Order: sequence, then structure tokens, then C-alpha cells
Amino acid sequence: MVEEIGTTPEGDIIINVGPQHPATHGVLHLVITINGETIKKVEPHLGYIHRSIEKMCESLTYRQFIYVTSRMDYLSAHINNHACALCVEKGLQIEIPSRAKVIRVIMDELTRIASHELWWGAMAMDLGAFTPFFHAFRERETINDIMEETCGARLTMNYMVPGGVMLDIHPNFQKRVKDFITLYKSKISEYDELVTGNIIFQNRMKGVGYLSPEDAISFGCTGPTAKGSGVSSDIRKLYPYEVYDQVQFDEVLETGCDSFARYMVRIREMNQSIRIIEQLIDNIPEGDFQAKTKAVLKLPKGEFYQRVETARGEFGVYIVSEGGTTPYRIKFRSPGFSNLSALDQMARGSKLGDLVAMMGTLDLVIPDIDR
Amino acid sequence: MSNNSNYKDSSSIPPLASGGGGASSSGGGALQYLKDVFNGLKSLATGLRRTLYYFTHHKEIITEQYPENRDTLNLPERFKGEVVMPHDENNEHACTGCTACELACPNATIKIITKFDITPEGKKKKALDKFVYHLELCTMCNLCVVACPTDAIKMAQTFEHSVFDRSELTKILNKPGSKIREGIE
Repeated sequence: MVEEIGTTPEGDIIINVGPQHPATHGVLHLVITINGETIKKVEPHLGYIHRSIEKMCESLTYRQFIYVTSRMDYLSAHINNHACALCVEKGLQIEIPSRAKVIRVIMDELTRIASHELWWGAMAMDLGAFTPFFHAFRERETINDIMEETCGARLTMNYMVPGGVMLDIHPNFQKRVKDFITLYKSKISEYDELVTGNIIFQNRMKGVGYLSPEDAISFGCTGPTAKGSGVSSDIRKLYPYEVYDQVQFDEVLETGCDSFARYMVRIREMNQSIRIIEQLIDNIPEGDFQAKTKAVLKLPKGEFYQRVETARGEFGVYIVSEGGTTPYRIKFRSPGFSNLSALDQMARGSKLGDLVAMMGTLDLVIPDIDR
Repeated sequence: MSNNSNYKDSSSIPPLASGGGGASSSGGGALQYLKDVFNGLKSLATGLRRTLYYFTHHKEIITEQYPENRDTLNLPERFKGEVVMPHDENNEHACTGCTACELACPNATIKIITKFDITPEGKKKKALDKFVYHLELCTMCNLCVVACPTDAIKMAQTFEHSVFDRSELTKILNKPGSKIREGIE
């Protein structure tokens, strides 16, 4: 346990950021040791939003536990649900219909865009620009409306179920997604005009929060955080699931290793997601949207692991089954936790004012870190 | 600002070619400095032009005026607001009291109380007495609706659930005096 306030023997000051601080986007508590304006150490304190989700899942059946994972990384709710559904299917050894596979991938990519949109707005807001937040929400709202129409909810959908998807897509779905793609393409240039090209923004991002590829690997960073350091870690490419091996897209890599590189990865990743959706939206196969499964799901005795790429990085579900209707043990590997652990390394030696910019580029979702 | 960046300009990065930012850019002397200042001002003007565009184009603003637009608010039919049990004009529902929804619910939101009806043939038959629904525990996961074999429950599009007392959120979904529709087993 560290001293949470006061001075160290060397004369450095210890200050607290959070747990109630608008820039941490949640109840993250950082204990920071500073020498003047220079950061010497950043220590994240967790536990403020711990809900013991893993333990809760042990008392729920294989159908029921999926909805809980929407409440972890609520911006990638679909993708979390997807990982759980895939893991259960792996245990049951059932093949899901190709229609369900394509719908799942489209939903995942829409979620990824929505998540990056929100991040982009929040990121600009962290740096003091308030307008971009509303620009981002304008496009994000369109995705939320699409989700609302097909899944019935805007954020915690619980749409992926073992065997496929819960409901068939809404008749308007394809048209609305195409409309969204048109809208997105006409508006994406505004993002660059407003934020990316802005000199204040660039000066605050370039060269800030340096994370070397070696550090990114040793801290277990994944997703845009690792890709910004040039580390190839896209699960969709490395361990393809569903139809990701049949669609054309590039893994976005930047070699800048700084905040700006991580920023650019997310912006470019949105374009890749659009590319994936464009390939699939007209080619949704006909057929069932759900495979026939038993009313009560029982996984055989054994251990099952499934990883997926969420908007923040690698999300893993590990299920230990004793052969019953509920899991014996569940472990979630959340991307945010590993990415946060690299913050100390990134922040050392930089100024206190840059900390918020660094945290912003990590795209932290606290309920995901603190399950 | 730490200077240990090995930032390489890639083709995808928009304007402002000189990396590292105005303050830390090295070399070039006064001319470079003036160029940086000019490019910086240009980038600010580009952003402000976009802001000004929306300032003068009110029609492109898409803000919804809730709660003023309550009457015209259209929620999609699949929107999950609360669980309801539809009754027809004869005050009949389709619930057999099989408890499939109760078993499917992850949060113990639903409690089904059954009774025994005497059929005209004099046999005992299980029937629904009370369908207790705790809205305050419900996470709108839709698992109960999917689990129902007779489509007796569905999701309603209401969403303004605030009440002054928690007990008001515990609802009995089957209407008083209602009974099961003919022909549903």
C-alpha cells in the first residue's frame, strides 16, 4: 500500500488523479509521484467498480452469463458477447449457420466504429476541444439506431447467443447500414479538419507517451495500443474467427510509438471496418440465423478458450467446465487491464499535463479493467 | 514533452508536414519558423471553418428535443423497455405457467405463481395465478421472451420507468380475472 498523499523522502510530491475525475472517464484512481511538473511514477489503483463478474458467471447457465459481459466493456458489448458465444460453441462443437456468422461480423465491425467514434470525441474533449464530441456522436447515433432496430437496445444488446444470433436482422438493416456508410464517408474528412490537422492537437500528441515495441509486448498490450507501436497483434488476422479469413482488410500498423500513432491507428481502423462491412452487407447468405441447440446447454468436461479482437484489443474468455449446466470457473482476459499497466512506462519523464492525452489514447473503459 | 520519439511521417497523416510540433522542430531557421506559424494558423482556420459552417447551417443540426418530442417519438418495435403480457379483448392471455421464462432469467426477475383449475371434465389443471415481474431487477436481456413457448410475453417500448417508491416497480403482469386462451397447451 502506498502513501496516497504527501511527500516522499526524496522530496517528490504524491498527488491523486481520480477516482472522481472527469478525464479518467470512470472511477480510475491514479496515484502519481511528481517532481515539479515531471511525472516519476504512476500507480493505478483499481477496485472502485469491481462487481465480481467472473464469480457471478459461475452461478449462471451458459445462455445466461453472456448478458453480463455487455457490462464489462460496454462500448464493445457485441464483441464481448461474441467471444462468449464462440467459446460456448467451441465446447458444444456446433457449427453455426453462415448467415449468423456474417451478421455477427457486421455487428462487430459496427460496434468497433461506434466505439472508436466515441473514443475520438472523448479524446478531443480530454485535450480541451468540446465540439468534436458532438460530431462523433452524430455518426455514432446512426449506428445506435441501427442496433436499436435490430437488437432492441443501444448499448447492452445481448444479441449473440450460443448457436447464432437472437433475432433475424430487421428488414431495414441492410439499407440503413448502407446509408450509414455513405454518411460516414461524407463526414470523415471533418474529423481530419477539426482535430487531426490541428496544430495544437498535433503538438500535444506527437512525441508524447512513447511506448517502445518491446515494452508494448512485455506489458501485454494489444489492439490499437500495440499497433501504434508497430506490434502486429490483430486477432482477426492472426487467429481468424467467423468469416474474417474470407474478407479483405489490412491490419493497421503505425510505427510512431507515440500518442499520435495510436490516434492514427484508430482513425484508420474505422476505415478498415467500413471496408469489411461493405464486402459483407450485400452478401448476407440466406438461411437460418440460429443453429438448433438443446434447451439446456451442457459443456463437456474440459477447458475452452476463445479470443476475439475488441475495439481495445484482445479479449479472451476461458471456461472450465465440469460437465454441468454452469461453468466451474470463468476468466476474462480484458484488453484494458494490460494496456493500463503500460501507462506507468509511458508517463515516466513526461509532464503532468500530457498524462490525460496518454490516458486518452489508451482508450480506457474502467468497467472492463475492473470486472 | 519527451523527445525520444522516432516518429516517421506516414502518407496517411494529414497536413502539417514538420513533425514533432512547432516548439521542438529543429533546423531551417527563421524561414522554417515562419512556415510553422503559417501552417499552424492555417490548420486552426480549417477547423474553425467547419465550426462556422455548422453555425450557419441550422438544418444539418440533428439534435432531438426530448422530452418535448414525446408525442412524435418513435421507438423501434424490437426496443426492449419492459416485459409485458398482451391480453386480447376477452381478457385472455397465452401463459400456461410453465416457468420457462423464470428458469431463463439470469436475475430472478420473474416469479410465477401457479394454481390448479378444475376443468369441465373434473380434472385438475395447472394454470397461472400470478405473473410477478420485478422491473427493478430486469436487465432487458430478452431471454425470457425467447424462451417462452407460447409467445405469452413480449417487450414493450416504454422507457420512462422512474417512480417514487421501489415497490411500484414490482408488477403483476396478468390482469385480474384473466384466463388462458382456448387451445393453448
